[in-house]
Amino acid sequence: MPALVELEVTYREARADREFQKELVHLQKTYIGRPTPLYFARRLTESLGGAKVYLKREDLAHTGAHKINNAIGQALLAKKMGKKRLIAETGAGQHGVATATGAALMGLECEIYMGSEDMQRQALNVFRMKLLGATVTEVSVGSRTLKDAINEALRDWTTNVRTTHYVMGTVFGPHPFPMMVRDFQSVIGRETRKQIQDAEGRMPDYLVACVGGGSNAMGLFYAFLDDEVRMIGVEAGGKGIDSGEHAARFAGGSLGVFQGTKSYLLQDEDGNVLGTHSVSAGLDYASIGPEHPFLRDTGRVQYTYATDDEALSAFGHLSRMEGITPALESAHAVAETLKLAPGLPGNSIIVVNLSGRGDKDVHQVAKLKGIEL
Amino acid sequence: MNRVEKVFKELRRKNRKAFIPYIMAGDPSLERTKDTVLMLERCGADIVELGVPFTDPLADGPTIQRAAERALKAGVTLRRVMAFVKELRDHSAVPLLLMTYYNPVFKYGEERFLKDAVDAGINGVIIPDLPPDEAGGLLGLSRHADFATIFLLAPTSTEDRIRKVGRASRGFIYYVSMTGITGSRLSLDDSFSESVQNIRRTTGRPVAVGFGVSTPEEARVVSEISDGVIVGSAIVKKLHDSPDTLESFILELRRAISQR
Repeated sequence: MPALVELEVTYREARADREFQKELVHLQKTYIGRPTPLYFARRLTESLGGAKVYLKREDLAHTGAHKINNAIGQALLAKKMGKKRLIAETGAGQHGVATATGAALMGLECEIYMGSEDMQRQALNVFRMKLLGATVTEVSVGSRTLKDAINEALRDWTTNVRTTHYVMGTVFGPHPFPMMVRDFQSVIGRETRKQIQDAEGRMPDYLVACVGGGSNAMGLFYAFLDDEVRMIGVEAGGKGIDSGEHAARFAGGSLGVFQGTKSYLLQDEDGNVLGTHSVSAGLDYASIGPEHPFLRDTGRVQYTYATDDEALSAFGHLSRMEGITPALESAHAVAETLKLAPGLPGNSIIVVNLSGRGDKDVHQVAKLKGIEL
Repeated sequence: MNRVEKVFKELRRKNRKAFIPYIMAGDPSLERTKDTVLMLERCGADIVELGVPFTDPLADGPTIQRAAERALKAGVTLRRVMAFVKELRDHSAVPLLLMTYYNPVFKYGEERFLKDAVDAGINGVIIPDLPPDEAGGLLGLSRHADFATIFLLAPTSTEDRIRKVGRASRGFIYYVSMTGITGSRLSLDDSFSESVQNIRRTTGRPVAVGFGVSTPEEARVVSEISDGVIVGSAIVKKLHDSPDTLESFILELRRAISQR
C-alpha cells in the first residue's frame, strides 16, 4: 500500500509538472516517433464496400506497438522516484519489449516476467528483451500465461518495493495504475481526433479497438468520450464462447476482485480464476481493466468479441489488401471492422486502432497453417 | 472479546507466546488435513491457520502455491473448507483461522460467508489481499460476532497505516517479517525488533510474526520479540516432502516458542 500511495503522489505531481510533461512530449516525438499516422485504408475500404476505414498506426511506434507510450511514461516516472530497477509482466511480449526499451533508455535494470506458454509462442520477443539487456524470468506456475506473470511481478514488487518500480502494462491492477496507464495511452486518441478532423473535417462514426487488459482501447476512446462517436471494444472469442475456451470477460464472466481490481472476471462458482484461451497472447487474460465495465454499464461503449478464426482471417486479409500485417491482438479489431463496415453507408467513417505490428506472430501463424519455417 | 483475543490474553497472563502453525486445507486431501489439525492441537498449537486454496495466491511463495494447486486438484473450495471445519468441531476445539484471498469470499458473499464461518466454528479470517481501506463491509458485519479480523503490516508500513490496521484488527496484528512473499528468507535485526515494539505500542494489540520463520531457532528468536509466531511454508513443505518427520518438527517448534 505505501508503494501505491507513493506512486499516486508522484504521478499527480508529474502530471502537473511542466518539465516532466515537456520531457515526455519530447521523447514521444523524437524517440517513439509520434504522432503515428492515421492512414486511410483505401483498398480495404473498397473490398468491404461500405464505411471508410482509417487505421491508427500504433504499429509504427518504436518497438512496434502502443505499449511503448505507457512504458516510456512510467520509466520516466520511475527515474523521478529514484528507483533503480523496472519490472514488468508480459503476455505477447510487446509490453516486455517496451519496458526493456524504457529501462535501456533511462539506464535502469530490468526484469520481465513471462508465462512459459507465452515464451514459447513469442520466442522472438523473448530474444528481443534479452538483446535490450533485460532478464526474462519464466513463470511456470498456474496457467503459465499473462495472469501468472502478473502474480509473479506483483510478488517481486512486494519484495523489492524500495528499489523497484512495477511497470504495469495495461489499465489494470490497483489504483493508480488504471488511471495512469490510461493517461499515458490517451495520446493515441488525442492525435486521432486532430488527424481525422484534418482528413475529413469531422469526427468519426465508429472507433474499434481490441481489448485484453484494455490499454490501447482506453487510449483511443478516452479523448472521444464526450463526442458523438460510437465505440466498440473487441475481446478474444477464442474457440467460441460455448467452448469455454476464450477470454471474453463480458460475454462469459462475472464481477470479481482480482490482482487488486474489481472488474469482470472469468471465474468459477467458487471464485477461482478460470483458464483462458486466445490465439493472441496479449488478449489471453481472465479480467479486464475496470474502466471498461464502467463504460459498458453506462452504455457508452459496446463490447463484442472475435474468434481465433476470425482474427486469423483478418490477419491475412489486411496483409493482402494493404501490405500491413497486424498483430494478432489488433487483428481482432480488424475482424470486427470486416463485419461492421459493409453494413454502413459509404460516407461513414470507422477508425481502427492498429495497436501493434504482426511480425512477432508470423512464426505462430505459419505453425497454425502447418508450415515449418 | 473474541476467542482469538482470549487466547492472547491468557498467554500473556502466563507470560507465554502463541504458536500458530499454518497448513493448506486439502493438501493433499481433507482427510489428511483433519489428522494434521488434530496432531497440531495435540502438540500444543495455540491457534491453527487453515489456508483456503486459490488459483492465484499473490502473497504466497512457491511452496504454498504448489500446495494450493494440489488442494484445488483435490476439488477443495471455500465451501468445502467451511463444511470440513463444521465437521472437525466434533473432534477439535483448537481456535481456527482461515487464510483466504478475497475473491472467493466476494463470490461467496460477505454476509453469507461470515454467517457460515461463525456457524462452522471458524474463529476469524486473514485476507492478505484485502486492506482495511476496502474491508468496511466485512468489518461492519463482524463487529458483534465472535470473529477475529486480522490484517497485515509490513516493514514498509507507515505510521498512518499502522494506526489504520490497528483500528481494523480484532485478534492480533499479522506482522510480515520482511517485504515479500511467504516462505522467503528471514533476516532478524534491531529494526525488526523496533518495528514489532512500535506496532504493539501504537495499536495496543498483540503482534504475531509470519512469512519466513522456518526453523525452531528462528521461531525462538521471533517469539522473544513478538507475541506469537506463525510458521507456514516450512510446515507445508515437511507435510509434503517428509510427513514422517512433521510431528517431531512441530514439537521442536512448540518447545522453541515456549521458552522464556
